[in-house]
Amino acid sequence: MSAPNSSYDPVEVTPLRSDEIDRMRDEALAAIAAAVTLDDLKQVRIDHVGDRSPIALANREIGALQPQARKEAGQRVGQARGAINQALAARTAELEEAEEQQALVTEAVDVTLPWDVQPIGARHPVTTLSEHIADIFVAMGWEIAEGPEVEAEWLNFDALNLGPDHPARTMQDTFWVTPERAAMVLRTHTSPVQARTMLTRTPPIYVACPGRVFRTDELDATHSPVFHQVEGLAIDEGLSMAHLKGTLDHFAQAIYGDGMTTRFRPSYFPFTEPSAEMDLLCYVCHNEPDAVAACRTCKGEGWVEWGGCGVVNPRVLIACGIDPERYSGFAFGIGIDRTITSRYDIADLRDLFDGDIRFTEPFGVEL
Amino acid sequence: MKVPVSWLRQYVDLPADLSTVDLAARLTAFDLKLEEIVSSGISGPLVVGRVLNLVKEEQKNGKTINWCRVDVGAHNDPSVPDAPGEDVPSRGIVCGAHNFVEGDLVVVSLPGTVLPALGFEISARKTYGHVSDGMICSSAELGLPGDASGIIVLEPGSAAPGDDAIALLGLGEEVLDLEVNPDRAYALSLRGVARDAAIAFGVPFHDPADVEAETVATAGPGAYPVQVQDPTACPVFAALTVTGVDPSAVTPPWLAQRIELAGMRSISLAVDVTNYVMLELGFPIHGYDRSLLKGPLVVRRASDGEKLTTLDGVTRTLTAEDAVVTDDRGPVGLGGVMGGEEVEMTSTTTDVVIEAAVWTAPMIARTARTQRLTSEAAKRNERGVDPTLPAHAARRVADLLVEHGGGTLEDGLTLIGEAPVPADIVLRADLSARVTGVDIDTIAAVEALEANGCAVEVDHDWLTVTPPPWRPDLTDPYDVVEDVLRVVGYDQVPSVIPVAPAGRGLSVAQKLRRRAGNILAGEGLVEVKTFPFAGPADWDRMGLPADDVRRRQVLLENPLSAEEPGLTTTLLSGLLRSLVLNIGRGHADVHITETGRVFLPQAVEAEAPIYGVDRRPTVEELDAFAAVLPHQPYHVGLVMSGERVRSGWAGAGRPVTWADAVAVVRHLATALHVDIEVEAADQAPWHPGRCAAIVLDGVTIGHAGELHPRVLKAYGLPPRVVAAEVDLDALIAASPAVGPRPDFSAYPVAKEDLALVVDVSAAAGPLATTLASSSPLIESARLFDVYTGEQVAEGKKSLAFALRLRAPDRTLTDEDIKGAREAAVSAAASQHGATLRT
Ligand SMILES: [Zn+2]
Repeated sequence: MSAPNSSYDPVEVTPLRSDEIDRMRDEALAAIAAAVTLDDLKQVRIDHVGDRSPIALANREIGALQPQARKEAGQRVGQARGAINQALAARTAELEEAEEQQALVTEAVDVTLPWDVQPIGARHPVTTLSEHIADIFVAMGWEIAEGPEVEAEWLNFDALNLGPDHPARTMQDTFWVTPERAAMVLRTHTSPVQARTMLTRTPPIYVACPGRVFRTDELDATHSPVFHQVEGLAIDEGLSMAHLKGTLDHFAQAIYGDGMTTRFRPSYFPFTEPSAEMDLLCYVCHNEPDAVAACRTCKGEGWVEWGGCGVVNPRVLIACGIDPERYSGFAFGIGIDRTITSRYDIADLRDLFDGDIRFTEPFGVEL
Repeated sequence: MKVPVSWLRQYVDLPADLSTVDLAARLTAFDLKLEEIVSSGISGPLVVGRVLNLVKEEQKNGKTINWCRVDVGAHNDPSVPDAPGEDVPSRGIVCGAHNFVEGDLVVVSLPGTVLPALGFEISARKTYGHVSDGMICSSAELGLPGDASGIIVLEPGSAAPGDDAIALLGLGEEVLDLEVNPDRAYALSLRGVARDAAIAFGVPFHDPADVEAETVATAGPGAYPVQVQDPTACPVFAALTVTGVDPSAVTPPWLAQRIELAGMRSISLAVDVTNYVMLELGFPIHGYDRSLLKGPLVVRRASDGEKLTTLDGVTRTLTAEDAVVTDDRGPVGLGGVMGGEEVEMTSTTTDVVIEAAVWTAPMIARTARTQRLTSEAAKRNERGVDPTLPAHAARRVADLLVEHGGGTLEDGLTLIGEAPVPADIVLRADLSARVTGVDIDTIAAVEALEANGCAVEVDHDWLTVTPPPWRPDLTDPYDVVEDVLRVVGYDQVPSVIPVAPAGRGLSVAQKLRRRAGNILAGEGLVEVKTFPFAGPADWDRMGLPADDVRRRQVLLENPLSAEEPGLTTTLLSGLLRSLVLNIGRGHADVHITETGRVFLPQAVEAEAPIYGVDRRPTVEELDAFAAVLPHQPYHVGLVMSGERVRSGWAGAGRPVTWADAVAVVRHLATALHVDIEVEAADQAPWHPGRCAAIVLDGVTIGHAGELHPRVLKAYGLPPRVVAAEVDLDALIAASPAVGPRPDFSAYPVAKEDLALVVDVSAAAGPLATTLASSSPLIESARLFDVYTGEQVAEGKKSLAFALRLRAPDRTLTDEDIKGAREAAVSAAASQHGATLRT
């Protein structure tokens, strides 16, 4: 507020009157408050602080004032503008927030809509279980050995103590390659891989051999001419059947969980002597007295058949060039398909091999 | 081997209260695995009854029933008032059958009886106006063979009312069906199983072969003349003759029942007793009708091509490996396997020559295999019999024929050869402990072996073991260990984890196959496993040309199906079958893959060598296998049908196209860090205009694209199915140990678009490659538009590429950009005849 000026005749400039400027400010503030959209606000900005707004025009009049009056008028206009701009900024923020909120509400979707335009694939459980088993043995320091599926008769049979007239040879219903004198078969077990390993490496040998094998069984719910097994072979100094049991117990626990164990029964395989059938503690009832009688998985036995095993027959070591006086070893084999059908309660083995995508899909990418 | 428990108990003093289940469990743990316990499942009271009176009553439904009073001895119930003859102690029973009369002996199931054939427990029930207090049984109701049209009427005087009919009819017999391992020859006999049971339970064994038989002089006049020309085929031959056997004599019921329970058919007395003795002793016997023999029996090897009709009616062509028994006419029996038809015992045979011979086991195995003939005799002879038994076994048969057939044993035993003496086995005394890991000392080992029938001599740290004659399988020190362990107990083996040396983990190929599997799953493909069998029908459906190399397959001697005579050369044969199945089951969008071996024969067919087993084959000898075995590379195959992007609420999807098949292969190669090239190709079963060859270092390793419409029609598949197959082994072999290093510049990118006009038939892929390599400043050239139409000339198309340019060391100048663009245009022009679209 300036003191009355008596040195000149003050020219009254109406727009710069303090009440006039207050009016302009109040009108602007009212317009800002009344704006409901950002577009409204844009117009308010043009109308009230734009180049042609009353307050801009008033500002231009300041120069016409006496120098003494300019400062006061300038301050008055500046304060009014400041108030308007502040209100504009505040209102802009408010409206932006409101409009964003509105947009978010409008853009809301039904997130439960299915998005199945490109489903992920899946891997066959025979593959993934074989890999899982390989990992278990690799973790024990073993390696994974492989061999051909069309195999030389000598490697599939003779080298494994299954001479041409061995009664057990006819028990393995063998696919023979034409002509028969070609002396080639579809391997009836993965044991020739063990023979190949012993023939090409020196002990210590610790290998597991998962793979596809063949027998001339007609396909039905429990038999298949093509199936999968994993066999293990260890040759080292001082190995005994106790190491076989330890390995199999560990294997059983790695697949079926803590507390699993195996049981041996006498059996016969030309490749091993002594030989044993290997039973697995029933993974459903654990042979517990109150559960075993009603258990469907083991039919009340408390144990389920899992495979065959034994101490490697020294005759096999000799055929493969390993000194049986220095080295001994053990071998075992289990069925991969049967492990899957029993574990997942699959009644029909054919489901594994007819290729219906609904069989593989639930198994996902890893077991 | 089926073992009737009551027969078994005759030779071994098993505890009277031992249940069959416990017996079987112990035998299974010892070495004879139980398959099943066979029994009738019938539980009483099933008794003999005498029909006292019988009143026929006609019913409203037209049927006539018999209202009977039946005397069931101690089971009679005096309190039934409304029956005829109620003054006599009896039971009232209604019966609908009519094949019996008053006074007949019948079988009655009283209330409480369980008959599995009926599926319910018998109870007294009201029927046809009476309370029927039981049931008169037919054969079928008891699960017995025989006439099912009426009830069982027993022989008069064969039993008394109230007798237990379960025992009378043998319905209480339990039979152990045991799995006998191929090394356990002796266990194919009651004698052998009983001996194992005795060892397992530690109870006395009564050897049926120990019975003192009255000796027959070997030189008697009744000895049938025999010559053994080849003792390597037949080390021991014994024969006895029984004459005057009554052809009408029937097999005693107990004997017939035993052999039937053991799984053989009762045929005639003479045949039944030979089978009985075989089951009892495990020693196969052959009987000849003496009246049909011409001259002495001769044992020799057959001559190649010699013929014999065996008693199964099959005429067989023999080889010099087979042993025959001949008479003057030629072969009359295939030694140790099956007799000949011409001299077979018949229903009129009165004079029998009994042959009990020891045959060389591997020879029998070979004959049985080459003749595809498994007989009960061969099963035992190929495993090895007790060679000390022939004279005893022949005598046992003769005695039974004399006893039950009224025959006369002729004086004179033919006995040629001597039982071979089993070789001693020498082993370290601690071998059992070392091999099994069980703490077995010398005393325990010797005790176990002696329990098994071995003789053992201990000399310091060594054992000398003489196996008993019934154990031809005991030849090696480790065999001995197994016999020790089964006595000590397999359950005694402790559990010790061996420590393997540090391993190398999975091989590179194993890791990369896993990676490939995961990539394929990530591409939305579902893995299947199909059988690798295929044949010309598959090649025809796939439209493979007559000279296509994939038609040359590894064939099998004994394929399961004539349609699929061998192994497949392409994974598509199995995948297309799977696709058909899936579509048949109502799936439309089927994207399946398989990783597996295919089988490609060697150029020249060859034979795999067979070596001895007494030493390791040499390196050269081992290499010979690889040279003849088929090439068996891993392939990846895939087929896709329907939509690649599925239609749904968000809009229309996208059908699979040839490009999807190629894309999967590209992704696979990229994941393995392998640079492949894609070229146009014409290869069945693909569409000739939509087939890409996958090329690696100039070699085609696979194909991808859309399948030929004719192939889809042949399979009954919908149109536009796409497929790919690639040699995974080749991709893995090309995969570098270390992948490419990252190489990029942080300077700004410049973008230039380039539209080039080329012939409609020109390939875009190579052009893109040319552009990308035309200047070091060009980072990439990506095709973003293909145009044909009015704005380009007839027979031409426009390919629009987005170039990204960047320098490793500076911001590009306008001159740089202009220069690179010109280099690209000129390379496109010179190498592809492309012109800049104006
Ligand atoms: Zn269970």
